Amino acid sequence: MTPIDRAISHLHSLDASARLDSPLGRLDARAKVLVTLGFLVTVASFGRHQLLQPLPLVILLSAGWALSEIPVRSLGFRLAIASPVAVLIGMWNPLFEPEPMLRLGSMVVSAGWVSFLSILERFLLGMAAVLLLIGSTGVDAVAAALGRLGVPRVLVTQLLLLYRYVFVLAAEVERMLRAHSLRAPNRPRPELRTVRSMLGELLLRSLARAERVHAAMLCRGFAGELRAVTPLRLGLGDALFVLAGLGFLALVRLADLPRAIGNLLR
Amino acid sequence: MHMSDALLSPAVGGAGWLASAAFVAHSTRRLAGAADPGAPALMGLLGAFVFAGQMINFTIPGTGSSGHLGGGLLLAALLGPHAAFLVMTSVLTVQALLFGDGGLLALGCNVVNLGVFTCFLAYPLLFRPLVGVHATARRLTVAALLAAVVGLQLGAIAVVLETTVSGISRLPFATFLAFMAPIHLAIGAVEGLVTAAVLLYVTSTRPELLHRKHAEGRPLLPVLVVFALATGLLGGLLSWFASTRPDGLEWAVGRVSGSEELPVPSNGLSGALARWQEKTALLPDYSFGSAPEAEVESLPDGPAWPAPDAGTSLSGLLGGVVVLVLALGTGLVLRWGRSRGIGARVR
Repeated sequence: MTPIDRAISHLHSLDASARLDSPLGRLDARAKVLVTLGFLVTVASFGRHQLLQPLPLVILLSAGWALSEIPVRSLGFRLAIASPVAVLIGMWNPLFEPEPMLRLGSMVVSAGWVSFLSILERFLLGMAAVLLLIGSTGVDAVAAALGRLGVPRVLVTQLLLLYRYVFVLAAEVERMLRAHSLRAPNRPRPELRTVRSMLGELLLRSLARAERVHAAMLCRGFAGELRAVTPLRLGLGDALFVLAGLGFLALVRLADLPRAIGNLLR
Repeated sequence: MHMSDALLSPAVGGAGWLASAAFVAHSTRRLAGAADPGAPALMGLLGAFVFAGQMINFTIPGTGSSGHLGGGLLLAALLGPHAAFLVMTSVLTVQALLFGDGGLLALGCNVVNLGVFTCFLAYPLLFRPLVGVHATARRLTVAALLAAVVGLQLGAIAVVLETTVSGISRLPFATFLAFMAPIHLAIGAVEGLVTAAVLLYVTSTRPELLHRKHAEGRPLLPVLVVFALATGLLGGLLSWFASTRPDGLEWAVGRVSGSEELPVPSNGLSGALARWQEKTALLPDYSFGSAPEAEVESLPDGPAWPAPDAGTSLSGLLGGVVVLVLALGTGLVLRWGRSRGIGARVR
């Protein structure tokens, strides 16, 4: 499987799970976008040595996962590929913060290691939350929700069209690269000169397709806005979800739940 | 390079969102005035093109490494800065949503780093004037090279600034910059060469494409300066308040004034913010062991650091493990119960 195949099948699996009926999937996309944004801000608001306090947020993720139809494999696959940027930049922290921070028996953990682990924790929590949002909602509904939350119509249309044609053009790239590997089996990657005509050809095909797509859109009565098939409807359940979600986030942020539980158990 | 959620404080992330929202609003207004009927389809397809084009990794001549197209400058040359900026925003949004490149909180910063500098600075101030009215191959190549290098350098500096101001990574500003700048010089050169090559290829087959009429406008310099200042101020100020442990600034204040914190006025905005912060930061100024049982023993090399106390560490860890097991267990049980109940139906 080539990396492009993998990327496309990842997109397909998220799309497929978003189309399945699930309690989380039935909620209004706006409610889920709001709670996800709240989640991300909460994660980021912890200090860089607060390693344990954000852990209860996993409860929210776990419940969300349980109430969706996202296969655990596609979730785990993305999470396993840790963000190279976060790791590359975070791994220097142990060097710059050698001060002792935690003591576990005779082992002393330095502040730098705690903050490095905290960076990884932030990455995992944030990534899982966004995957849950997309895997239970789908890109189309999230884009529609963004439009209703005030994002300009041009940008929403742009997001929807981009997402619709990414699959088509990615498949074209895949065919081009396969053709290249058949003609130049000794070269794993094309050279700059080859890439010039590859990208140029892809660009020309995209432009030609844009003209046809535009004509087709006009034929179907396009007047500046793509309409969602499932209309958004905010109900009592959505309001409760937002209240409960944001309330839980506030609780985790304001109270040190792991320590409280640990103290109870000791 | 994408800025990551994991390295960002909410204040810097919020400032990035504000700045990028302003540019989105500006570009949207400009496009509404231009009224190019074919624009939505063209922008959508070109966005998909950039996304797909980035999947082609090629060998960089002379070195063993590989690179790929960034796309911002190419889009600006084909669509004009405003449409190109919106297309870049959509590409970054889809990357953040589906692949976790950067993340949603960092999206604003990434839009500024990879979209604003290329579309609103490098393109109108370098690329357009250098290409001129009659674009020759050499002019196009030089213009693309310079514009791409400058755009990416600005983006790299912005990443360093955002990371340092957020304070989660401890890499010092100068070290980080010395690491980022040369890498992005190389990336910029490659980006410029690829952009020029593709543009030359396209103009040899469809020369009219480079001369499409698009919503041009003044280079936006005054707006940019105001936003740079606002972003810096907001990011710096807010993250100072949001910080939960004595950082370099507070430490420096402590050395100067003898007390670790500046006297904060109890009324007004700063007073309110400080009160709010005291309430929200359960571990004020980050003593890991602020529970009553924690005996803060001062270490020989200075009391500024919280002493590691085995007792508090243990109860925190124990609680953390319990919470994790509970969380994952609840999910598994819930999912199992659901799968035994009503099976998955297609909506």
